[in-house]
Order: sequence, then structure tokens, then C-alpha cells
Amino acid sequence: MAIVAEQSRFSRIFWPTLAWITAIVVFFPIFWLVFTSFKTDADAVKPEFLFKFTPTLENYSNMVDNYDYWRFAGNSIITSVFATIFALVVGVPCAYAMAFDPTRATKDVLMWMLSTKMLPAAAVLYPMTFLTKNFLGIYDTKFLVIVVLMLVNLPIVIWMLFSYFKEIPKEIIEAGKMDGVDTWGEIKEILIPLAWGGIASTALLTFIFCWNEAYWTVRLTTTDAATLSSLIEGNRAPEGLFFGRLSAVSTAAIGPIVVLGWFCQKQLVRGLTFGAVK
Amino acid sequence: MGSIKLKNVTKSFGDTEVIPPLNLDIEEGEFVVFVGPSGCGKSTLLRLIAGLENTTSGEVIIDGEDVTEVTPSKRGLAMVFQTYALYPHMTVRKNIAFPLRMSGMDPAEIDKRVAAASTSLNLNDYLDRKPGQLSGGQRQRVAIGRAIVRDPLAFLFDEPLSNLDAALRVGMRLEISEMHKQMGTTMIYVTHDQVEAMTMADKIVVLQSGRIEQVGSPLELYNSPCNTFVAGFIGSPKMNLLSGKAAEKYNAHTIGVRPEHLSISDVKGDWEGVVGVSEHLGSDTFVHVHFDGSSEPLTVRADGDLELEYGAKVYLTPDLKKLHRFDENGRAFKL
Ligand SMILES: Nc1ncnc2c1ncn2[C@@H]1O[C@H](COP(=O)(O)OP(=O)(O)OP(=O)(O)O)[C@@H](O)[C@H]1O
Ligand SMILES: [Mg+2]
Repeated sequence: MAIVAEQSRFSRIFWPTLAWITAIVVFFPIFWLVFTSFKTDADAVKPEFLFKFTPTLENYSNMVDNYDYWRFAGNSIITSVFATIFALVVGVPCAYAMAFDPTRATKDVLMWMLSTKMLPAAAVLYPMTFLTKNFLGIYDTKFLVIVVLMLVNLPIVIWMLFSYFKEIPKEIIEAGKMDGVDTWGEIKEILIPLAWGGIASTALLTFIFCWNEAYWTVRLTTTDAATLSSLIEGNRAPEGLFFGRLSAVSTAAIGPIVVLGWFCQKQLVRGLTFGAVK
Repeated sequence: MGSIKLKNVTKSFGDTEVIPPLNLDIEEGEFVVFVGPSGCGKSTLLRLIAGLENTTSGEVIIDGEDVTEVTPSKRGLAMVFQTYALYPHMTVRKNIAFPLRMSGMDPAEIDKRVAAASTSLNLNDYLDRKPGQLSGGQRQRVAIGRAIVRDPLAFLFDEPLSNLDAALRVGMRLEISEMHKQMGTTMIYVTHDQVEAMTMADKIVVLQSGRIEQVGSPLELYNSPCNTFVAGFIGSPKMNLLSGKAAEKYNAHTIGVRPEHLSISDVKGDWEGVVGVSEHLGSDTFVHVHFDGSSEPLTVRADGDLELEYGAKVYLTPDLKKLHRFDENGRAFKL
């Protein structure tokens, strides 16, 4: 008994402390970033001005007036939304087929899809740039960004959906078949309503991944289709003197996604744990 | 409408053949029960008829039409699952209405049918609940309601009562039989409970390892089982099977006597034995008697008020007219 009580007191103190330390370590750079965005570039580089400075909105107004923030933000929203929608449109039927009508190859197909994530993106940078620019002529278009974002995320989307669909008893789908529903009806009337939570989590995570994607969006766009990632990248001045400006741009880029994540915490936790938390 | 025919149907999962070539005729309006031990392929056979499982070879014919390649949704059959398989996201009303809505029926007609079904199944108080808020018995009623609203060609039941408690099971059993008498629709019912099979069926199909052992009415199977497997499977308590010396006296390899065809006496009889456990049911007493000619104790169905001392000496006499004889392959024969 005594040992149990001892342990629980230990864990009552230990785990929250650990959680706080982790949270602070993780949060500190973001805190720093937001702080810096309200400083002038001159103040930003002086560590002694960490807390002692005159806050200014100059960086933000500069960003909106001179750097066309809204266009980048618009591109981010459009490409992320459509890439997410298309990934689901492809992923739902795909995961459905693999979950409820598996063949001997299903396991292998799933592994193969995941293995595409092991390919270093840099390895296909040249063909991707060359082909889209000189051959297909879709370089720097939203269409290209949407397609690439969708394809990059599709394996994760299918894996997540697959694991959610697996939780649905097979008999319920079979009952649907007996009740005269065709395949599309099974998806629309039974699968989607039943897996709604899982699909929403998947959509949310995919949207966040799309929003944060930087490797391809930076390299496959110049102006027309450039997203917020490109805006940040573009403000990374080589001299390294515009920390205030860079911080404002970064804060404005991650802001929407943080707010979104805040409101959808529950869905996100469920999504990230692949439904392990009930 | 509602005759079903299986022609040389086989089913293999990978390399294992679960159903060897099988032929079966189910007449329109019949109540057919598939019965057999666990894993003998009852569900698989039912699912082959439903179309939820593809045949490896052979044909499934419904009303004279080959439906082997037809999807389940187009076969016009309704199924009630062991796990009920209700749609958890829909209310009882929507569950029952679902097949009608999918067939594009007029909403007014749907309401009428749902009301009729829910009244006959005593579900009126639960129509706006979700399945999660119902008891097992109520869920099973909803599953049956969902099956009956659309007038299917035939009903398929896969052990629908096995998740219910004993009292409820007897009640539902009667209700399903009543339903069959009133609607006259073909029903195929899978169970491993031979009492359910005996009480409900017009025709029983006894299966073992995917093979049909015998097909017949409950009384046919009871009175003349074609082999020792069917003899031991149909009837409760089980038929007593004896081989060796005791059987040779009756010119058979194995003989079978049902508990109700053994008379018990403490004075004289053909077989001398020792009383083991007696089970008093009130209406009957099942006496287990240890007898040298049989490795297992023999069961005797005796009078309800019979009192026998444990370890007492008794004599048993089989009713010769009700004796079953089997050859060395277990097949029944008559003298
Ligand atoms: N999808 C499957 N893959 C491989 N083998 C299967 C599959 N489904 C069933 N089997 C096998 O087929 C045989 C028959 O199974 P089935 O479910 O039809 O038995 P059952 O008579 O309904 O048994 P129970 O009374 O336990 O429900 C079993 O040996 C089972 O292991
Ligand atoms: Mg079964």
C-alpha cells in the first residue's frame, strides 16, 4: 500500500513537471518568434532587448503593403484546401476497397505506398522541375502545387483512413449490400457517416501538412502559385539582418494553422494517434 | 417466388476446401434450417446464397435464374446477422426504412411500411432511439424489422438468437416461426442448436465439414437418421450409441437407442448397470447409467418422479422397434 501511495505521489509531481518542461522547450522558439515580430529589425538582433523594447506593428504593415501577404495566403489556402479534398476523394474509395475487400496483395500495396515516403524528395527534384517547366508547362501553377501536395500526402491519407475503416465491423457493410445498396451507396450512406470522425481528423492533418509543406512549394513555384512557405523563404535575407521582418512573416504564416489546430484539438489528437484514443 | 437451388457449389478459401461439391434444393415457402457443429460451413453456405461470398465453382439459382455472378444487392434476399449489424448512426426508424429508401420507394409508403413492421415487432416506443440505446433482444427485432419491410424473396438468418438469453431465445424462436407461417416466405436459418432446428424447421440440412449428411423433416431425421453423426446430433439428450459385444447381439456394428426408448427397472432387463447422476427436470428425469458394454454412461429418459439411489443396480431394456442399427462405416441399415 505504502509503495503504491509513494509511487502515485511521485508520478503526480514528476509527469506534470516533465510535461511542462517539454511544453516550454517546444513552445519557446514560437514565443521568441512572435515576440521578435513586434520588434524593429535593429532591436531584434540585440539579445539585451529581449523583453525591453518598444513594440511596433511596422513589420506587419510592411509585410501586407510591400510583400503581398494576402496573395501568398490566398494561394496557401486554395492549394491546401483543394489538395486535401482531392486526396480524400482518391483516398476514401481506395482505403475502403482495401479495408473491406482485401486481396492477397493488399498488405503489399499498403507497404509500397508507404515506401514512396522513403524516397528522398531531392532525388526527383531535377526531373520534377524539368518536366513541369519544359515539358508539361505547368510550372508555377496552382494546379501543379495542388497535384504535388495531394500526391505527397496520399500515402498518409490512405493509411489513416484504412486504419479507421478497419474499425468498422464488416457485417455493417454487408448488411448494406443485402439492403440493396451499391458500392457508391455503401460509401455515402454507411462508410462516411460511420467514419466521419476519422475522415475529419485525416482531412485536418492533411490540410496542416499541405499548409506547412515547403520543399516542393518553394521549388516548383516562383510568383503565381507561391504559397506562404515561399514568402518565408523569400524573406530569409542572406545578410540575416531582417529578423523582425522574417518573424512577422513567419508568425503570419503559422498563425492560421495554430488557430485551426487550437479549435480542432480533439480531432487532431485522434488523428495523430490513429484512433487509438477513444 | 423464393425457390433456391445450389448446383455443385464449392467454396475454397485459398487452398482449403470448406465446401466440397454440394447440391441442395430449397422449395418456395420452406423453412430450412442448416445445422451442424461449429466450423462445418453453415455460415459460408448461407453467405454463398446471399452473394457475400463468391462461389469457387458451381451455380446458385434463385427462382430458376442463375445468380452466381449477381451482386448481393440485386438478389432480392434479406439477411439477419448474428451481430445484428444495425447501422449505428441511424435511429431505429431510419434503420428499418433504409432498404426501402435505397430502393427509391415513395416516402409515404415507406412510413406506412415502417409503422406496420414496428407495430408487429413491438418497436413503436423505440423508433427514435439509436441501436446503441437498445437491449440485445430489441436490436434483434430491429434487424428482423429491417429484413421484413421490403418483402424479400427469402430470408437468411445466421444464428440470430445466439446472443440472447435462454428465455428470450425461446420467445423469439416462436415469433420467427409465427412470422413464417403468416408470410409464407422462404426462410433459411443457420444454427448450431439442434433444438432450434427441430422446433422451427420444415426441412433440416445437417452439415459436417461442409458436406450434407442428411436432409429431411425434423421427424424423419429423428426417426431414421442415416448415419451415426446425424443420430448423435439430432435429438436431446443425445442418442446412446453402443458398439462391440452389445451391438453384435443385434447383428450390427453399432446400435443406437434414444434415451426415451430405454426402459429402466430394478428387477430385470437386458443390460445390467449402475446408476450414476440423475438429473431431475420435473417433467422428466435423465438417469445416467454406467454399463459395461458402453464406454460412456447411457442416458435414460424416465418418469419425472423416479427416485434412484446413486450407485444402485438397475436393468435397462431397449425398445426393439425403435432400435437403430449402423454398419462399420456408421451408415444406418434395416434388418
Ligand atoms: N474468410 C475466410 N478465410 C478462410 N477460412 C475461412 C473464412 N471464413 C470461414 N473460413 C473457414 O471455413 C470453415 C467454415 O466456416 P463457417 O463460418 O462457415 O462455419 P460455421 O459452420 O458457420 O461455424 P459457427 O457455428 O462457428 O459459426 C471454418 O473452418 C473456417 O475456419
Ligand atoms: Mg457461423
